[in-house]
Amino acid sequence: MGRALGVLIWLITLGSVLLFASGKWWFPATISEHGPEIDRQFMRTIIVVGISFVAAQVALGWAVWKYRATPGDTTRAVYSHGNNRLEIIWTVVTAVVFISLAVIGQRVWAQLHFVGAPAGSYQVEVVAQQFQWNFHYAGVDGQFGRTDPSLIGSSNLIGLDPADPKSRDDAVLATLVLPVNRPVELTLRSIDVTHSFWVPPLRFKQDLVPGMAIHVHFTPTKTGQYELACAELCGQFHYRMRGYVIILPQDEHNALMALPPDQFQTRVGQLRQQYPIVY
Amino acid sequence: MEEQAVMAAMVTGTKDITKKGKRIAGGPKKPAPNGHGSRGNGGGPGGDDLARRFEPDRYRIGMWVALAGITMLFTALTSAYIVRAGWANDRLPRDWRPLVIPNLLWLSTALIVVSSVTFEIARKGLKRGAESVYSRWLLVTVFLGLGFLTSQFVVWRQLVHQGVYMSSNPHVSFFYVLTAAHGVHLLGGIFGLDYLLLRTWRKRQGEFEEKKRQALADSVSLYWHFMDGLWVYLFLLLFFWR
Amino acid sequence: MSAHEISGEAHRHEPPKSFIRKYIFSLDHKVIGIQYMLLAMTSVLFGVVMSVLMRMNLSWPGTKWPILGTLFPTGAPEGVMSPEFYLSLVTMHGTMMVFFVLTTAPQGGFGNYFLPIQIGADDMAFPFLNMMSFWVTFVGFLVLVLAIFVEGNQTIGAWFSGLGDWMQGGSGTVGPIGGWTAYPPLSALGKIAGPGQGAGMSLWIISIAIFCVGSLLGALNFITTLLNMRTRGMSLMRMPLTCWAWFTTAVLALLAFPVLLAGGILLFLDRTAGTSFFIPGGEVVTDTLITSHQGGSPILWQHLFWFFGHPEVYIAILPGMGATSHILSTFARKPIFGYRAMVFAMFGIGLLGFFVWGHHMFISGMSPYSAMAFSILTLSIGVPSAIKTFNWIGTLWGAKIRFTVPMLFALGFVSLFVSGGITGLVLGQTSLDLPMHDTYFVLAHFHLVMGVAAIFGMFAAMSFWYPKMFGRMMNETIGKIHFWITFIGVYSIFMPMHIMGIIGMPRRYAQFAENGQSIYHFIDPADPLVKFVTAAAIVTALAQVLFYFNFFWSLFKGKKAGDNPWEATTLEWTTATPPPHDNFAGVVPTVYRGPYEFAVPGAPNDFILQTERDAEVAEVDGGTSGNGSDGHGH
Repeated sequence: MGRALGVLIWLITLGSVLLFASGKWWFPATISEHGPEIDRQFMRTIIVVGISFVAAQVALGWAVWKYRATPGDTTRAVYSHGNNRLEIIWTVVTAVVFISLAVIGQRVWAQLHFVGAPAGSYQVEVVAQQFQWNFHYAGVDGQFGRTDPSLIGSSNLIGLDPADPKSRDDAVLATLVLPVNRPVELTLRSIDVTHSFWVPPLRFKQDLVPGMAIHVHFTPTKTGQYELACAELCGQFHYRMRGYVIILPQDEHNALMALPPDQFQTRVGQLRQQYPIVY
Repeated sequence: MEEQAVMAAMVTGTKDITKKGKRIAGGPKKPAPNGHGSRGNGGGPGGDDLARRFEPDRYRIGMWVALAGITMLFTALTSAYIVRAGWANDRLPRDWRPLVIPNLLWLSTALIVVSSVTFEIARKGLKRGAESVYSRWLLVTVFLGLGFLTSQFVVWRQLVHQGVYMSSNPHVSFFYVLTAAHGVHLLGGIFGLDYLLLRTWRKRQGEFEEKKRQALADSVSLYWHFMDGLWVYLFLLLFFWR
Repeated sequence: MSAHEISGEAHRHEPPKSFIRKYIFSLDHKVIGIQYMLLAMTSVLFGVVMSVLMRMNLSWPGTKWPILGTLFPTGAPEGVMSPEFYLSLVTMHGTMMVFFVLTTAPQGGFGNYFLPIQIGADDMAFPFLNMMSFWVTFVGFLVLVLAIFVEGNQTIGAWFSGLGDWMQGGSGTVGPIGGWTAYPPLSALGKIAGPGQGAGMSLWIISIAIFCVGSLLGALNFITTLLNMRTRGMSLMRMPLTCWAWFTTAVLALLAFPVLLAGGILLFLDRTAGTSFFIPGGEVVTDTLITSHQGGSPILWQHLFWFFGHPEVYIAILPGMGATSHILSTFARKPIFGYRAMVFAMFGIGLLGFFVWGHHMFISGMSPYSAMAFSILTLSIGVPSAIKTFNWIGTLWGAKIRFTVPMLFALGFVSLFVSGGITGLVLGQTSLDLPMHDTYFVLAHFHLVMGVAAIFGMFAAMSFWYPKMFGRMMNETIGKIHFWITFIGVYSIFMPMHIMGIIGMPRRYAQFAENGQSIYHFIDPADPLVKFVTAAAIVTALAQVLFYFNFFWSLFKGKKAGDNPWEATTLEWTTATPPPHDNFAGVVPTVYRGPYEFAVPGAPNDFILQTERDAEVAEVDGGTSGNGSDGHGH
């Protein structure tokens, strides 16, 4: 029994390690400036996790293999109540490793969240509602029109105020179009319940909380079309609250932004066909 | 804080065993001979069936523990209060409009503070065996408590009359929630007082009954004073905290 | 207040005669403990069936399951599970498992039964309160079950008609869809926010509030009992680690549940009284502008919820840790390694557990600076957890392990606790939460550590104490088969889920394909894993039949057990099997030594009962180590 259990624990350990190391399943390739650093931090962490996991399971397996009681053996176990020195050693070692991991992990976080978006960032407002994403573009004038919840209706999804001159050239689309290699600042809002903006290759996720305007920034580094998912339970059709993000070369993006609202929308439709979804 | 108090409350009867525990833990020393003479932690003299089943400390410890739980309830509500007071929606004006102190609340406060004093007078009476002083002042305390609740209720009525409802604004919502939560707990205290009063009518006498009466009075008074202090705290939080 | 009436003045400890007082409204902590266990065994059935249903919908979306169509006409019309039905399964599975299984069985069940016996008391400090806490919890359970059947009814008053309709085959059968975390505004806006969010959601809150009250009464009783009713010689450092675990858990429950209760009250008022604690102003839900609410904060709920929610995780797992330590030492035939370190680690975990709730909220819109502080505190919880793991393995080192069923499950606990806990290093980091938050990686992490590991602790405890509770042994062969299948099964379920999370699969999605088309292409690579996990889940769930069969079969047919079948050392093994009404038949036990005196050199047996006098034990040379517990070496 003891040997069987020991072997089983080792097999489970081996199987788990192989599952992680197979290379068959992993993150989608990253497309953001901060992405590679997150991937590196993940690797660092998973190595520490892997070593601790393997060490503990192998030791456990070894103990149940080695120290099983055998029939007929009347000798007793070792009488010991512990060892203070060992206790202190492993406390200090784990404390140092774990806490330094936590500290190192703050770098990307600080870079994304402790400083504002760089000047000249490209700005888009994201307005989520139950089961769809709306992206509010400032248009040619680069200024967002006023919005008001009381104006929201099926033909005015984000409550854009038509009386505001700044809103004349604004466009509201279900697709997010961003320029490559330029910092992007998103203003995240929700009109009903909490949603979460998530594009796996961007390595970025942020809740959209009703009553709050949350400003976030990142820099995409690769062109293409990507899927956008909602990552916070928002109601019955949460699973199909899908959107698309298209990342364009800068010149193509500039050309797009110069278009008046109606043509802008048609062009985005064309781009959706033109760029295959990368996953 | 509560934990310390609990420890303090259980000191009776635990001293020798705690010392023993420490010493043994320090290293291999000879234990006290068979643990004789050492009382279990609050367990009373071993073998005495009655003492084993009734231990006055139990009520005091239980009360301190309960108060720790109640403290957490009001701590949570307080932190919600503070967070909500500082919260504003991104496109809306701040909606926190504090209520002006209803005058009757001063009366409530006076009633409950006095009730703590009368409870203490009652307890002093019990300690020196003056049964009638005990029951009389308990009754006074009950009426003061009921007076407090009535006064709180009248404040609610007045507010409703003025058109100030629970949903009017967040400060008022918290006012209703906190006073209601406190009122419910105070009502529990009044039931406790009633129970003490009922017990004074019992004919049974003797050391056991006396000890028990004392322990019950102690724990109910602990609760009552806590409710008194809690009200003063809530009053300050609601109307003097900025 | 009438507790002492019964316990204090009944001069004889005769058990009550009537069936109702003996088995239903019993004041005996042993009966109440078993009642808690039965409640948990019932809830866990619901929970497991719901998880299998969820797996089936994820693997084969859109399939018709005719029986579901009959049972849940609106939830699964014609037997096809609707997304709202799936989400109500998510909510109910989580709530049942977290509250009515993982909180009741380890603490209310085993704690109730064995804490008084292990400290040598004749009952809990307040038997009447103890009975109340069970029955209050039971009412909470009923209210929760009923929440499934009120969909379509905005008010609770209309619930009765809803239930009537359901019995006649009509009306709604969708529970609340907000998950066990019930984030507002989704949970606060009422029916307009989605099916099941009407009266069902209100009932959910009522159920949880009732549960809070029951748990608080229980915690009060546990703490008082432990502080006040230890028998002669039972100093704190001579208590079995199980008692330390139950005590720490009770302290956590005492401090955490009031906060959930406060949050629940505010949420309920937001729903029913028009207040705006959590609901912001200017909300537009399904094209309706909501004007009745002003500027509430959805994040406030998250703070209150997780301030409770994180300690709750330890409420679920600590008793399992206690039972595992106890059982490991018993069957390793060796004193526990580092008794004091174990006690301090347990308290350390409990204490730190109150300062890390923010790691559930890194991306919630909370201040990123506090996120950093929460992150560092979170990873430091790894330190006491690692101490415990080291000490368990240290206990096995140089042991003479007896591979009984309880020992197998305890060893399984250690393995699973490591596997599940260690990924907390990933999830506790702010930056890694960006890709990992709300994915299957999180599911894998917490199911392994607080779900499966805790359940393994309970399986270990059940097979260990079964002979003491019921006077018969559980069947060893069935128990072992149950262990092997379950151990392999849970790893097969939850290891692949980590990978799904890395791929990016979000949790709480009702389905990943619709009409044969996948909804998100980036999830496609996970498809074979999804199918594999479902198969593993079904096999593992079916294997639990073995446990239930063993439990009931052994009640009647199990081998008769003696007073101390495992040759263990603590007080429960010094009394009769099953223990008499007052636990020690009127005798007050005296304790002379620590709880894990196995393999003492020179002693006649390889175990020394805590009640054995010094004269009965040969002189031995103690002091081999400074870390030992009480009573080692004389």
